[in-house]
Amino acid sequence: MVKGRALAPVPSVAALLRGSRRRWHEEGIKGVLFLCALLSVVVTLSIVIVLATETARFFAHVPVWDFLFGRRWTPLLEPRSFGVLPLVGGTMLIVAGAGLIGVPIGLASAVHLSEYASARARSIIKPVLEILAGIPTVVYGYFALTFITPLLRGVVPSTGVFNAASASIVVGIMILPMVASLCDDALRAVPDALRQGAYAVGATPFEVSTRIVIPGALSGIMASFVLAMSRAVGETMAVTIAAGATPNLTLNPLESVQTMTAYIVQVSLGDTPAGTVEYQTIFAVGALLFLITLAANVGAHRILKRFREVYE
Amino acid sequence: MSGMLEPPPTLLRRRRRSRLFRLLCLATTWFSLFVLVVLLVHATREGLPWLDVQFLTDFPSRFAERAGIKSALVGTLWVISFTAAISVPLGVAAAVYLEEYARKRPVNTIIEVSIANLAGVPSIVYGMLGLVLFVRWLALGRSVIAGALTMTLLILPTMIIAAREALRAVPGSIRRGSYALGATQWQTIRHHVIPAALPGILTGTILGLSRAIGETAPLVMIGALTYVAFVPEGPMDAFTALPIQIFNWVSRPQPEFHQLAAAGILVLLAALLAMNAAAVFIRQRSQRNRA
Repeated sequence: MVKGRALAPVPSVAALLRGSRRRWHEEGIKGVLFLCALLSVVVTLSIVIVLATETARFFAHVPVWDFLFGRRWTPLLEPRSFGVLPLVGGTMLIVAGAGLIGVPIGLASAVHLSEYASARARSIIKPVLEILAGIPTVVYGYFALTFITPLLRGVVPSTGVFNAASASIVVGIMILPMVASLCDDALRAVPDALRQGAYAVGATPFEVSTRIVIPGALSGIMASFVLAMSRAVGETMAVTIAAGATPNLTLNPLESVQTMTAYIVQVSLGDTPAGTVEYQTIFAVGALLFLITLAANVGAHRILKRFREVYE
Repeated sequence: MSGMLEPPPTLLRRRRRSRLFRLLCLATTWFSLFVLVVLLVHATREGLPWLDVQFLTDFPSRFAERAGIKSALVGTLWVISFTAAISVPLGVAAAVYLEEYARKRPVNTIIEVSIANLAGVPSIVYGMLGLVLFVRWLALGRSVIAGALTMTLLILPTMIIAAREALRAVPGSIRRGSYALGATQWQTIRHHVIPAALPGILTGTILGLSRAIGETAPLVMIGALTYVAFVPEGPMDAFTALPIQIFNWVSRPQPEFHQLAAAGILVLLAALLAMNAAAVFIRQRSQRNRA
C-alpha cells in the first residue's frame, strides 16, 4: 500500500501563508507521539536496570556459582541455602508436562483448522480458542486444584494435594490456544499449489499434511512451540495454586514442586522488608526468569528468520 | 471381474490411516471445547449457590456465609478505569507514531524490538518493576494508582500492536484525499485516519483491558491486599481486586472458601464475556459498515 506520508510534504497555499507556526505545531505533536513510542524502550531499560541492581546486591551476599548450581533452596529457613536448581527443576518439570499436552493437541487442532475444517467449523472453533486463551490464570489454578487434582487422586491415590501433574495439565491447556493459532497461521501460509501437486500424484490427505504442509510450515511451528514454552515458564498463578510451595528437585510429577514464579509470589505475599537478602532473592530469581523467557523469545524469532521457507 | 477394480491393499491402508488421522485432528479440536464446557460447568455447580445479591454487596469475612466481593469489585473498577485512562492515549499515540511517522531509523528499530520483547515478558516481572518503580521509588505505596500504572505497562505492548494493525488497515486513499485538500499530516491523522481506525482500536483496547482485569500476579507483587473491608475512595487508597480475592479464597483449605472462589470466578468470567462480546460486536458492525 502506498503510505500517505510519501505525499505529505506538498504544502497547501494556505499553510504556506500561515507560515512556520503551523509547522512547529506539527513538529511538536510528532515529538510528543515519538516520546510515547519511546516509552517502550524506557520500560525495557527499567526492567533490566531494576533486576540488575537488586540481583547485584544479592550476589554481594551469595556467590553466583552457589546460586546457579546449588541443589538446595531454603532462603527463608535456617540454615539458609540459595541453590536455585530446585526452582528451575520445578519450572522445567511443569513446562515439559505442559508441552506434552499443549503442543501435540495444539498442532493437531491447527492441522484440523487449516486442512479440514469448513468455514463454519472455523467460525465456531476460533472463538472457543480465543475464550480459552482469555480465561485468567487464577481461574485455571482454581480448576486444577478443585477439579483436576481430585481426578488424579482418584486414579493414583498417592498423589499430593499439591502436585506438578495437575499444574502441568492446566498450563498445557493454557498454551494450547496459542500453539493452535500460531500453527494455524503457519500452515495456512503454505501455498495451495504444493498441496494440489501432492494430491495430483496420488497422496492421501494424511500424507499431504505430514509430508508437505507440516514440513513446509516447520519454522512457524517450531517458533510457536518455543513461544509456548516461554509462556509456560512465566506462568504464575496456576502453578502457585496447584503445584504448591515445596522447592523440590524431582522428576516425579505427583509430588509438590515450586516454580520460580511461585517462589516470587510466596515471598511477596509475606511481609519481607526491602533490603534484606530474602527480598533480593526474588529479583535474582526474577532476573533468571526474565533471561530464560528473553532467550526463548529471541530464539523463536531467529527460528522464524533463519528457517523460513519463502513462497512466492 | 470385481478383483480387478478393487484398490491394492497398500492404498487401502493409506486411506485408513488418513481417515484415522483426520478423526484424531477432529477429536483434539473438540477437546478445547470440551475443556471449556467442563470448566464452566464445574465453576457454575460449585459457585452458583453462593452467588446472590449479598455476595456482591458484602465485604470479605472470616465466615464464608457472610463473605462477599464488594471491596474486590470496586477495587477492580478503580484499577481498570485508571488503567484505561492512562494506557489508551499512550498506546494510540505510540501506534500512530510508529505507523504514520516513523521512518527506518535505528531508534525506531529499537522501539519496535522493545515492543516485541515486552509483549513476551512474564506478567510477574512487570509486577516486580511496579513494586520497585511505583510503590517504592515514586512512593505511591500499595495504591490504586500504583496498580493501574503497573497494569498499563503490562498491557501497553498488546494495545500498541492492536492499534497499529487497525491503523495499517486504513486505506491510503483516505490519507491522500485529505492531503489533496491541503490538510497537514496531523490534521489528516486526527480527522481521518484515527476515526477510520477507531473500531479496531476499540477492539484492541477492550481485549487489552480484559486481560488486565484477570491478571493476578502483578497485583500480588505490588502488594494489593487480600483482606480489605473498605472501598477505595481515591487513587492513593489501598485496594484489593477480584482476581486477588479469588486467589485468597482458593488458597484456603476449607471447601466453603473454594466455593466462594467459584462464585467470584463466575462474576469475573461474566465481566470478561461481556467485554469480549462488546469487542466482537464492534468488529462485526465496523465490517458491515465497510462492506
